[in-house]
Amino acid sequence: MNNNNEILERLTTEVYEYGFVTDIEMDIAPNGLNEETVRFISAKKNEPGWLLEWRLKGLRQFQQGEMPNWQNFEMPAIDFQGISYYAAPSKKAKYNSLDEVDPELLATFEKLGIPLNEQKALSGVAVDVVFDSVSVATTFREKLQELGIIFCSFSDAVKEHPDLVKKYLGSVVPYTDNVFASLNAAVVSDGSFAYIPKGVRCPMELSTYFRINAKNTGQFERTLIIADEGSYVSYLEGCTAPMRDENQLHAAVVELIALDNAEIKYSTVQNWYPGDKDGKGGIFNFVTKRGICKGVNSKISWTQVETGSAITWKYPSVILRGDNSTGEFYSVALTKNKQIADTGTKMFHIGKNTRSRIISKGISAGQGNNSYRGLVQVGIGAENARNFTQCDSLLIGDECGAHTFPYIESKNSSAIVEHEATTSKIGEDQIFYLNQRGIATEKAVALIVNGYAKEVLNQLPMEFAVEAQKLLAISLEGSVG
Amino acid sequence: MLIIKNLKASVEGKEILKGVNLEIKAGEVHAIMGPNGSGKSTLAAVLAGNQNYEVLAGEVTLDGNNLLEKTPEDRAREGVFLAFQYPVEIPGVSNINFLRTAMNEIRTYRNLPPMESKEFLKLVKEKQKLVEFDAALTNRSLNEGFSGGEKKRNEIFQLAMLDPKLAILDETDSGLDIDALRIVSNGVNKLRTEKNAFIIITHYQRLLDYIVPDFVHVLYNGQIVKTGGKELALELEEKGYDWLKEASKETELV
Ligand SMILES: Nc1ncnc2c1ncn2[C@@H]1O[C@H](COP(=O)(O)OP(=O)(O)OP(=O)(O)O)[C@@H](O)[C@H]1O
Ligand SMILES: [Mg+2]
Repeated sequence: MNNNNEILERLTTEVYEYGFVTDIEMDIAPNGLNEETVRFISAKKNEPGWLLEWRLKGLRQFQQGEMPNWQNFEMPAIDFQGISYYAAPSKKAKYNSLDEVDPELLATFEKLGIPLNEQKALSGVAVDVVFDSVSVATTFREKLQELGIIFCSFSDAVKEHPDLVKKYLGSVVPYTDNVFASLNAAVVSDGSFAYIPKGVRCPMELSTYFRINAKNTGQFERTLIIADEGSYVSYLEGCTAPMRDENQLHAAVVELIALDNAEIKYSTVQNWYPGDKDGKGGIFNFVTKRGICKGVNSKISWTQVETGSAITWKYPSVILRGDNSTGEFYSVALTKNKQIADTGTKMFHIGKNTRSRIISKGISAGQGNNSYRGLVQVGIGAENARNFTQCDSLLIGDECGAHTFPYIESKNSSAIVEHEATTSKIGEDQIFYLNQRGIATEKAVALIVNGYAKEVLNQLPMEFAVEAQKLLAISLEGSVG
Repeated sequence: MLIIKNLKASVEGKEILKGVNLEIKAGEVHAIMGPNGSGKSTLAAVLAGNQNYEVLAGEVTLDGNNLLEKTPEDRAREGVFLAFQYPVEIPGVSNINFLRTAMNEIRTYRNLPPMESKEFLKLVKEKQKLVEFDAALTNRSLNEGFSGGEKKRNEIFQLAMLDPKLAILDETDSGLDIDALRIVSNGVNKLRTEKNAFIIITHYQRLLDYIVPDFVHVLYNGQIVKTGGKELALELEEKGYDWLKEASKETELV
């Protein structure tokens, strides 16, 4: 028993593998947030006037906005004036070809397992990489272009496809949505953009890799994905950051738009630096993600594996506007040491025969605190809406916490909303059983946890499912008993 | 192969094993019988290294190596296999993945490379056949939703796959239907070699008709109070344990 606790302790305090810093010359805006900062960023990017106007509205909204107070943890004091809102490798904001990319950057991404050289890259995956405030490279752009698929950085999209950006930017997550969305609108520096034309099935995974490197900065990226009628795309994002004693803010916004008969599958493997075992440092991850199933028979599916960050505050949601549309949310959130996750989803049933499915698997170890927060809302016109929610918690050790806050608001009596919840502990007898077959405790726990999370991991694109499994195992190293 | 000397162990502060002595040679099958609560599963758990049990005194060696100082996983890797009286369920972990992990962990310990997929699958097929294990169960989650009998048969399938030196079967026969009992026994008989040994914990003489033991021991109140050949099991079936209880009381008095 004691012995197991020790192993648990060790497992939950393992060091973070991606915590190195890249030493590279950077172009950094002075700390602080005001109109000047916003104008500075906009000017850096040579943006059109309408975008600057929108940013400024976001800034004003942010200045009036209040921090949320309903989450299941105490909101840390964030010194918004103590952060720099723009940090970019100084050589060049955007490279025309990989030959121009700073070798130090290429090496950084190699080390993170994201080779940018197309010959070396995973053949089925196109990647946009965002380093601090800017996108530094996007692979397979030409190949995708042959099919009419646009996949580029957000900045390039503003230049090259302003009509699309103007039409959809802020249409799902307006700058008024919440204080972090307002902040993001004001200082967004880059992100990814994808447009899949009518009837096209995107032949490769699109992905963005986010890396925070510079000290004292935050990352405020925006991702906009539009799936036109009858199209399909699977998109994946991953992220890491160096180990630093100070907390760093990540406030991203993701907007998804699925038109008639279109499908978007959005997967996240979130591995921001979680802070050390005493809760020092780590990323504050305050993210707003929302998709709209605008067209009939459309489908949006969110899958997330959240293992990093000191605090995770995110609720990827779906507005089910089109009749017969489907929204899905599959989540594994793991907290250890002093990590906090308050995450879940919202499903807004507006159209007829809309369906939603929510599978949430929380894993708490050490002194981690894990909350599932979900809202299923059924509007008056959502005839025959269906929701199924399964919400499981797994506890490792006895100092951690798991909570669920499921909210249901139904205004249509033909709707059926089902909710199931379980809480379980990893049993000593399970661990002993695996020990007795030659499997040491750390591996045993990893097996049990991966088994528990399987239904969610199975939703990930194959190339990443194995990575996510390893990540869960690594994240638990040092924390099981 | 296995030498147990004066083994005493307690659980929750209560002494359960009160000086067990036993020697098992390669190629032998030993049956351990005894009334409920006499300490049979405790003995198995202590041999396997379950940390809920505290060893108070005694020695256990496997081929000359002190077993008691090793972790449960190292004991398994050294070749100790326990077929549990109550196998646990592990949801979402496929039986076959689990076995592959177990096998590779054991191989790594023995400085062998991981087994190739093809070779592994061949072995799975072969052993499935040997112990007549349903292929559908191989691909399901480990024991999840298995019937009592299916769980027991899974233990024997794992035994066949991992090919241990010393296998301890804790009441593998209970909960098996008549056909399953025959199948499991046949499996065990096929797995018997000159190099391995079995400890079979059971309440029923019936099993020992199929798996013929070299020795039968009676564990009572934490001690082995009688040892005999296979005919001892028949005698127990006929007379019960009371006559041994009396005998052991007398020895205690002496
Ligand atoms: N974890 C435990 N906590 C408390 N008591 C225990 C524990 N494990 C075993 N015991 C006790 O130790 C004694 C021996 O139990 P054990 O399971 O070894 O008996 P057994 O001979 O296998 O019996 P059975 O034939 O019923 O399987 C019993 O009195 C039991 O209640
Ligand atoms: Mg028993």
